[in-house]
Amino acid sequence: MKGPNIVVCVKQVPDSAQIRVHPVTGTIMRQGVPAVLNPYDLFALEEALQVKDRLGGRIVALCMGPPQAEAVLRKALSLGADEAVLVSDRAFAGSDTLATSFALASAIGRLSQERAVDLVFTGKQTIDGDTGQVGPGVAKRLGMQLLSYVCRIPVLDMNSGRIVVHRWTEKGVQVLSSRLPCLITVLEGRNEGRFASLPEMIRAARQPIRVWDRKAAGIEDVSKIGLKGSPTVVGKVFAPSRRSERAECIEWDLEEPEKAATALWEKVLSRQPELAANSSGGGSERKGEEGDSE
Amino acid sequence: MSEAEGKPVEKKGAARRKVTLDPRLAEYRGVWVFVERDAEGVHPVSWELLGAARRLADQLGTVVGAVVAGAPSEALDADSQDAIAYGADQIFVAAHPVLAGYRNEPYARVLCELVKKYKPEILLLGATSLGRDLASSVATTLETGLTADCTELAIDRESRALAATRPTFGGNLLCTILTLNYRPQMATVRPRVLPLPAKDRRRSGEIRKEEIDLCEEEIVTKLVEFLPHAGGDQVDLALAEVIVAGGKGLQTAGNFALLEELARALGGEVGATRAAVQAGWVDHQRQIGQTGKTVRPKLYIAAGISGAIQHRVGMESSNLIVAINTDPNAPIFEVAHCGIVGDAIALLPLLTRAVRGQLVVETTIPTGASASS
Repeated sequence: MKGPNIVVCVKQVPDSAQIRVHPVTGTIMRQGVPAVLNPYDLFALEEALQVKDRLGGRIVALCMGPPQAEAVLRKALSLGADEAVLVSDRAFAGSDTLATSFALASAIGRLSQERAVDLVFTGKQTIDGDTGQVGPGVAKRLGMQLLSYVCRIPVLDMNSGRIVVHRWTEKGVQVLSSRLPCLITVLEGRNEGRFASLPEMIRAARQPIRVWDRKAAGIEDVSKIGLKGSPTVVGKVFAPSRRSERAECIEWDLEEPEKAATALWEKVLSRQPELAANSSGGGSERKGEEGDSE
Repeated sequence: MSEAEGKPVEKKGAARRKVTLDPRLAEYRGVWVFVERDAEGVHPVSWELLGAARRLADQLGTVVGAVVAGAPSEALDADSQDAIAYGADQIFVAAHPVLAGYRNEPYARVLCELVKKYKPEILLLGATSLGRDLASSVATTLETGLTADCTELAIDRESRALAATRPTFGGNLLCTILTLNYRPQMATVRPRVLPLPAKDRRRSGEIRKEEIDLCEEEIVTKLVEFLPHAGGDQVDLALAEVIVAGGKGLQTAGNFALLEELARALGGEVGATRAAVQAGWVDHQRQIGQTGKTVRPKLYIAAGISGAIQHRVGMESSNLIVAINTDPNAPIFEVAHCGIVGDAIALLPLLTRAVRGQLVVETTIPTGASASS
């Protein structure tokens, strides 16, 4: 039985937790903000590595981005990816999710010519765009089954091409039975990521990474990529407006915190009188509140 | 929801924009909502979207359409009537056994077919696991623009395009996105970001039963089973009327018990910031903000929360926000309506007692809480 041929899509993103907005101009201050492998993609990579641990096979890490995005591919290699491809071309600049899905799908199509791709893994979203649209878009473009928000893969049988996944939803888990090839977007937090050993890091640093421009990625039609291939246009970017009115704060004496708490609750009730009925002080609806009976 | 609503987007970029729409696209008319539903009922985000759709359609002088899909045995008629009551003029009903339980392939096919047939100019979906999955596939198939997780929807007066505003860069900035020369213009909105419109039973609308060309044999992915989340640890923060949330200022996991007591006294739920969740003090299901849930309860108490933008985007449309923080300059006081500068750890138990009517202070004026018992 041959192991699956897997592609994991990864993206280099600015660490959004460290981004600050200039207090006066309202613009993004990017200086010094480190670029990282999108954290959600690490769960996708780990899921792919676990499949490979069980069934063998091969993992190609695929990234679209500027030349420096090579760093995240080295990280993927150090964690266990077998090969890495960076799709990089100025013509991709300004791509929205639709154009990005076209470029990634084209590159996966090229990889399939070398060796048919059985499974594509992506994170559930990126931390910079937060859209979660690229993975599903790639699946649609490739005509692959889309299995999104996957939290478990209980069955993956390469002989029959059958796969069973648990798909997370707000109300519960859907158990879906599908066929390869398929694209899986992986839910975060369901697997524990591994660490790279020193020899693996050295191997990853030395390993050549294939860099494809648009032609190498099999893209002839430039109207599908970059700004031209992007239906959405950014109209304006602005800092969230602050309410002019500041919170009305209770003046209180440190000696009398009880008074302060009471005053605060009265302030709440004066603004939202119906809360009195909700709270256990005024209603009999809540059970299990001992010592507060009628 | 905020001041950007109804105002044209900034002119600077508009000058370069092609404002005259391709005649092929000009025939797209109407604002549609995909009604997210299952055998148990409709997700409230769909009604919230219908409220927004009504407002947009009135501005554009067009109609509101709603797509109601599911198995023939389900309450599609009742859900269609509800959609009319919440603002829809036309309902497109897709009833087929293949549509029992959500699956990407058949739902995407049905929605794409309906869009091709009726050509709505705007199509809105909830930013849920279902809505995001479906919207991405439909937008890719139709090769049109899709804006995720919008917090505001308006019409750009010059181009008549949907101006969809969403947080970007981790919520640090807002960004208005337009889809100019593609139709339909698609957007998803998270539950509880938009207000629930009033339900008006007197409204009338047209219900069309659509012919659906699907057969189970053609659908590759099968829904084998549905495993509901265990009831016990299920928290529905999005629907809670009162939320008592804590952040790093609470200092230890143990102090979250103080929040729980206050939440219990108020009949509410406990929420938390990302920092508190990452510290392991509270379950991730309770996280509120950019990477957590969006909530709009009647009362939101922020205890020991500084009010980073990533947190504020998840709670700022709450009706009444109360902040308790030691730092008078904490940004939470800019979004809160009232508050107290002080240590939440000391004040929370006292507030709980005040809510329970157990604190009797001489100067207290009797209010609802104490007078009614």
